[in-house]
Amino acid sequence: MNIKGEARYQRQMLLKDFGRTGQEKLFQAKVLVIGAGGLGCPVLQYLAAAGIGTLGIVDHDVVELSNLHRQILYSVANVGSLKVNCAAERLREFNPDITILTYPVQLNNQNALSILSEFDIVIDGSDNFPTRYMINDACVLLNKPLVYGALSETEGQVSVFNVADESGIKVNYRDVFPAAPQPGEVLNCSEAGVLGVLPGIIGMMQANEAIKLISGTGETLYNQLMIYNLYTSQTYKIKLSPGDPNLTDLPSDIPSFMKMDYNWFCGIRTLNRELKEMGPDEFHQVLQEDSFTIIDVREPGELPAASGFEYISLPLSELKREIPLIKGDKVILFCHSGIRSIVAGELLLEAYPEKEFYSLKGGILRMKS
Amino acid sequence: MNIEVLLFGRLAELLGSERLHLEAVADTDAVCSQLEGLCPALKQLNYQIAVNHMIIHDNQWLTDGMTVALMPPFSGG
Repeated sequence: MNIKGEARYQRQMLLKDFGRTGQEKLFQAKVLVIGAGGLGCPVLQYLAAAGIGTLGIVDHDVVELSNLHRQILYSVANVGSLKVNCAAERLREFNPDITILTYPVQLNNQNALSILSEFDIVIDGSDNFPTRYMINDACVLLNKPLVYGALSETEGQVSVFNVADESGIKVNYRDVFPAAPQPGEVLNCSEAGVLGVLPGIIGMMQANEAIKLISGTGETLYNQLMIYNLYTSQTYKIKLSPGDPNLTDLPSDIPSFMKMDYNWFCGIRTLNRELKEMGPDEFHQVLQEDSFTIIDVREPGELPAASGFEYISLPLSELKREIPLIKGDKVILFCHSGIRSIVAGELLLEAYPEKEFYSLKGGILRMKS
Repeated sequence: MNIEVLLFGRLAELLGSERLHLEAVADTDAVCSQLEGLCPALKQLNYQIAVNHMIIHDNQWLTDGMTVALMPPFSGG
């Protein structure tokens, strides 16, 4: 078999148990990377370098300046451009001998099966629970190996799902985390912060798992969950096993997958009739009216601090304990990215059904940019 | 009886430590209720439990020297 640009891979083909056969397997492989962010960037860079023949990239976001400390495929000139386009351009410059396919869409249960079915292996580099459960379910239904990676502040998790061991036993994400956390329970990187090297390390571990799976070398993390701690440099491995099949929420077939509401499953409720969302433009307009009470529901000390208008600080954790007296008939709630303010809004609506509550869409993050 | 408890992610943050030692805990349910006593916020959280590096799906009896790890799900990417 002819491997395009073979000389590039000479050093890894020298490895005895990898060899030319391993390289041929990589060149024939089709890998889909979901999310071209903190995890997706190192995954893509190392898989392109290793000579994966076809790489797919799914992401609907544009590059932001605050991405650059960890999303190392992008430059300042890319800010505002679609990540999939910037990543593909960079990777093609870097390795013109492989095929890069781009999907500038938000992956959902309506488009996932047709995209995923074009690939042999799926890598989850997404940043939210509804997408993670949806990718897992799609991979189970399509019987695709899924290389999972996820982060929280200074720790990362890596696993390989849907790959059977010698006795035919395989596990998926729902065997590890059967119940989805509720909104605000687990903070993502844009809310809790992350050091740039963490997604680099976890993403490279995911790339490594994919290369081992494809080339058949080494042992992959199937039926195991590895947790890595950035501060202590320690790893902790857990052996996984399937949960009770009667208790799983995994859709049993494709029609039920297509009907599943993943946001609902993860506790993200469609807005109450009374709780409205307000965009940043409208927010700036109503600031002039002076008839709104504005409440920051973030925890004390969260950045960036709000400025240029008067507001009250009422952290969501306190609201969950006790609903205080709220003055004013029209109230705007804001948080970092517009998720916790919805949770707060629903709590406050129950206590004050007569008031008008608004959640600032996209949070202070959108307002500042 | 000495049971080592390892805490990951937000659980470590809430309990102020990545490693605790508990005595007089007969099973994993007892570990959870003792920890919830120390930090009531835990009741609201989802997490998975492993005993001696093996995931468990139901309450499990513990014997001296076992390690119980509590892991929350992570969403970040």
